[in-house]
Amino acid sequence: MVKYSLRRLLGAIPTLMVVVVLAFLLVHAAPGGPFDSERVLPEAIKENIDKYYHLDEPLPQQFFRYISNVVRGDFGPSYRYRDHTVTQLIAGSLPISMLLGSLAMLLAVVVGIAAGTVAALRQNSVVDRVVMAFAMTGISIPVFVIAPVLVLFLAVKLQWLPAGWSGSTGAARLLLPVISLALPQIAYIARLTRASMIDVLASPFIRTARAQGLGTYAVIRYHALKPAMLPIVSYMGPAIAGILTGSVVVEQIFGIPGVGQFFVTGALNRDYTLVLGIVIVYAVMIVTMNLIADLIYGVIDPRVRYR
Amino acid sequence: MITISTASNAIGRARVSRLISISGGILVAIAVIAIVVPWLSPNNYLDTDFDNILAAPGLAGAHLFGTDDLGRDLFVRTMMGIQVTLLVALVASFVSLVIGVLYGAIAGYVGGRVDAVMMRIVDTLYALPFIFIVILLMVVFERNFLLIFVAIGAINWLDMARIVRGQTLSLKEKEYVEAARLTGVSTPRIILRHIVPNLIGIVIVYVTLTIPQAILVESFLSFLGLGIQEPQTSLGALVDAGVNQKENAAWMLLIPGGLLALILMCFNFLGDGLRDLFDARQSP
Amino acid sequence: MSLLNIESLSVSYADEKVIDRLSFCVNTGESVGLVGESGSGKTQTALAILGLLPGNAKTAGSISFDGKELLGAPEQELNRIRARRISIVFQDPMLALNPYLRIGEQIGRILIAHGLCGGAEAKERVIEMLNAVGLPDPERQSRAYPHQLSGGMRQRAMIASALITKPDLLIADEPTTALDVTVQAQILELLNAIRKDTALLLITHDLGVVAGHCERMLVLERGRLIESGTTREVFGAPQHAHTKAMLEAAPRIRRGDIPSPVDGEVLLKADGVSVSYREAGHGQLHAVRDVDLTLKRGETLAIVGESGSGKSSLVRAILGLIPMRAGTVSFYGETLAKEAGARAAKTRRDLQMVFQDPVGSLNPQMSVVDIVREPLLVHEPLLTNAEGVQRVSEMLQQIGLNDVFLGRYPHELSGGQAQRVAIARALILKPKVLVCDEAVAALDGSVREQILDRLRALQASSGLSILFISHDLGVVRAISHRVLVMYLGRLAELADNESLFTRPQHPYTKALLDAVPVPDPNLPRKEYILSGEVPSILTPPSGCAFHPRCAYAVSRCARERPAALGTNSSVVACHRADELSL
Ligand code: SF4
Repeated sequence: MVKYSLRRLLGAIPTLMVVVVLAFLLVHAAPGGPFDSERVLPEAIKENIDKYYHLDEPLPQQFFRYISNVVRGDFGPSYRYRDHTVTQLIAGSLPISMLLGSLAMLLAVVVGIAAGTVAALRQNSVVDRVVMAFAMTGISIPVFVIAPVLVLFLAVKLQWLPAGWSGSTGAARLLLPVISLALPQIAYIARLTRASMIDVLASPFIRTARAQGLGTYAVIRYHALKPAMLPIVSYMGPAIAGILTGSVVVEQIFGIPGVGQFFVTGALNRDYTLVLGIVIVYAVMIVTMNLIADLIYGVIDPRVRYR
Repeated sequence: MITISTASNAIGRARVSRLISISGGILVAIAVIAIVVPWLSPNNYLDTDFDNILAAPGLAGAHLFGTDDLGRDLFVRTMMGIQVTLLVALVASFVSLVIGVLYGAIAGYVGGRVDAVMMRIVDTLYALPFIFIVILLMVVFERNFLLIFVAIGAINWLDMARIVRGQTLSLKEKEYVEAARLTGVSTPRIILRHIVPNLIGIVIVYVTLTIPQAILVESFLSFLGLGIQEPQTSLGALVDAGVNQKENAAWMLLIPGGLLALILMCFNFLGDGLRDLFDARQSP
Repeated sequence: MSLLNIESLSVSYADEKVIDRLSFCVNTGESVGLVGESGSGKTQTALAILGLLPGNAKTAGSISFDGKELLGAPEQELNRIRARRISIVFQDPMLALNPYLRIGEQIGRILIAHGLCGGAEAKERVIEMLNAVGLPDPERQSRAYPHQLSGGMRQRAMIASALITKPDLLIADEPTTALDVTVQAQILELLNAIRKDTALLLITHDLGVVAGHCERMLVLERGRLIESGTTREVFGAPQHAHTKAMLEAAPRIRRGDIPSPVDGEVLLKADGVSVSYREAGHGQLHAVRDVDLTLKRGETLAIVGESGSGKSSLVRAILGLIPMRAGTVSFYGETLAKEAGARAAKTRRDLQMVFQDPVGSLNPQMSVVDIVREPLLVHEPLLTNAEGVQRVSEMLQQIGLNDVFLGRYPHELSGGQAQRVAIARALILKPKVLVCDEAVAALDGSVREQILDRLRALQASSGLSILFISHDLGVVRAISHRVLVMYLGRLAELADNESLFTRPQHPYTKALLDAVPVPDPNLPRKEYILSGEVPSILTPPSGCAFHPRCAYAVSRCARERPAALGTNSSVVACHRADELSL
């Protein structure tokens, strides 16, 4: 298991490297510098700015400077928010995004697995049909449609919940954003759980367990649950990616001052260092989640571990 | 009670074929209407009708789906949005199909080291936050329409490559391929007669499942204002406009949003159904 | 009163009846064999007894166990009977054991679930039980996962899980079909030795297994009981025609009518063939090492061995389908290129092959006529369409299929029909040599017999030479002129049919022969059951690879590899071949 974990850990490094190099190169391949669009600057000032941002150095040198800074947690100065560093911006907005994301993830996993399991155990029943119809709807409605629709009906029309972030306080303002973020993931995880549970329940070793006189509960608890969870474990990486993507939209719709907001405004304003920094942070999160998923997978499936 | 039934599969299969024909039918209908009707409509996607700004939808007026905040006819704009959305999705899926099938088939057929390296690359790419890199791309290269196709296609080819590679690998080992090799059937003929026909089914299934993903990415980008540019539009861009007007003109959000969801759902049902049928045929 | 009493049991799915008014009983402590070919309803019967039939099965009749009715009993009631009173051992332990749980955990769980004892005691009892079924180092093995055990050990663990509750009835559903011959013998011995007063219902397609291990037997055909009685009665005087046919078809290694040796020119000659694969993380895997063979015109040479013997790799290398690391192959005295693709078209059409999996060897997207005609398109491109179809039709006729099949697709064929199509494809070019890789292993007894008959007839009429790979010694006895026995990639013994089966020279050959279940209850059971299993080909033992399992091994055997010595007609690789009389 130790060897397996180490191998997984080492495997994650190239992925991170690729992200960083790709993102860095992309940003630097941009036609024109970050200050081009505004006004024409005197040559001397431009030189000064270039020097300040190390834009006068050759690309490899800039890259290594950037990397060594990033490792120390320094993403450099923001091009737009002149008096903030990127690190400050990210650090200021990350907690709220993390809170939203983890709540959504938790909700998605708990509700998704529960709904999927129930549907699988009552295969082809009314409950199953309802869950699956709901799940199909869930994966088919994009976050940026479901979020405003929820706001329109639950907040604007019925006035049950606060519509925006700034206008209210307390846990209530978290509700709609978290639900909007979680819905597609709930739907996906429910479908995944149902399919994998049905698969596992049809496998010969479940028949053995039933022949051994274990009741339905014991069969599921001791024999079916672990293997049925494997596809869901594998999905954790993509799920986190999905939630990060969704958070960009949700934060914008609800006006939440999170990382996603900065990402969009950064992208629209061509704030290269900010965007680059956020992409790297996102990549680290996704890679970490994938790594954790891999490790859990190894714990559940002995055949993977010993390979 | 755990029930493992085989008879329900027969019933299930009938249901699956019904789902396929219904969702396929709806998609064809939507596509035909989206392409044909704007031609016949007296309105144009650009024209503003200052007498009818934010007019509600209805059969009575000239605007079936109402108008937007500039008084543009929402019906024609929505149809145009569908056209653009479908076009982007189809082209992007085609791009991912070509890259994925070529990449996967080469890795699978050549095998050995080449395969190991090629699949290692795919594994690495899998963990990339692609959507954000695409956004980066959009920012850097200025919202280029062509780029959207390529970028979305470039995200979605990974699944296809993995599936095609796995399938090719197992087909290559099949005894009928060995028999053909033994008899001296030429490699091109083996590929044409024995490999390709057995790949097509699974490729069709996954293309169908790729299309809704491509639609999602495109509409997501357009929603953020990074995709298609005004006055051109796509469903994502229309939803974006609708969000801003949701309190005074809910139809601007609900109509394009609902159609987008409907299209996605039909593709999802279609892909699911085809996969079920395909799986059933694989294991008789 | 009998322990298990089945009265007029019927099971059907939709409109298909898989069991039809079946009645039989099993008494306390006795062993009953339930015999039938595939589709006869054997397994369905077992599942019906335990209430494990799928939800859409319709049942009628009665299954009473110790006076209680099981058919239609509520799940809770069944759960009190399952394992505690009736246990079952399934065919493939790799599939039947939960791969995600340690062996000890899943067996112990049975005790705990039935409230028979607590966790700590369960652990102890599991280790005791594993010891009883012959798992070496049971304490360590109880912490192993199923994939870490060998096939035989897995089945032992499965048996331990079935018997740990000391049930009254043990159902064993083809318990040895997935195992090697020598391991099969061990498992059957174990089952009989360990069950004590537990009654045994042994489900099998192999009459040899029943003859050796059951007091009474029942014969099923398409869901109906067609014959029952004591094993001796049924074997001695079968009443039903199908039983007679099954007994006819049962492979016997002690039979009279064997093919007499042929004396033709040598067609195919392989010298010093070695094959190795690169195995990730293990370096080189030597599948075949330094094997010689010759094949004469009109002769059938059988190649025999258990898993890991390298028999498939050997013939594939000879045919040029996989690369040969060393060695040469010559055909009509001419050395052949190593790669099939580099060989002359003439040679390629003369060497053809039939594979094990009848369905997997036919392209699902092609019709029968296209499949069989493909070789013609390559080698006789000038043939017109009509002539091609005509040739295909004639070929199918010869192999026993009429023109109805021309337009069919593989999924519309039965196993036997599919294998006939595969043989037709191989023979349409009128090859000189046909390689059959376990070509009849997947088929039922009667179908197998028909196909073997066809092959013999073709050989008689056209002088076809056959390389016949099989693990089934009964079939080998019936069809081959000479036999080559392989063990862990090397030749162990090569001899003509009669001498190999009656006077084996190599201890491994002897062990193989003794392990074959004999379909005759009057013959004594074998004297010599091989211990252990075939070691991994990745780490073959030193010296004579067979020495850890050989009852005749001396110290020299572990140090020195015996050379394959002998004449053209008989070769043996054993240090003690001359002194032993086996
Ligand atoms: S050489 Fe030794 S170990 Fe090998 S078969 Fe002969 S006697 Fe047995």
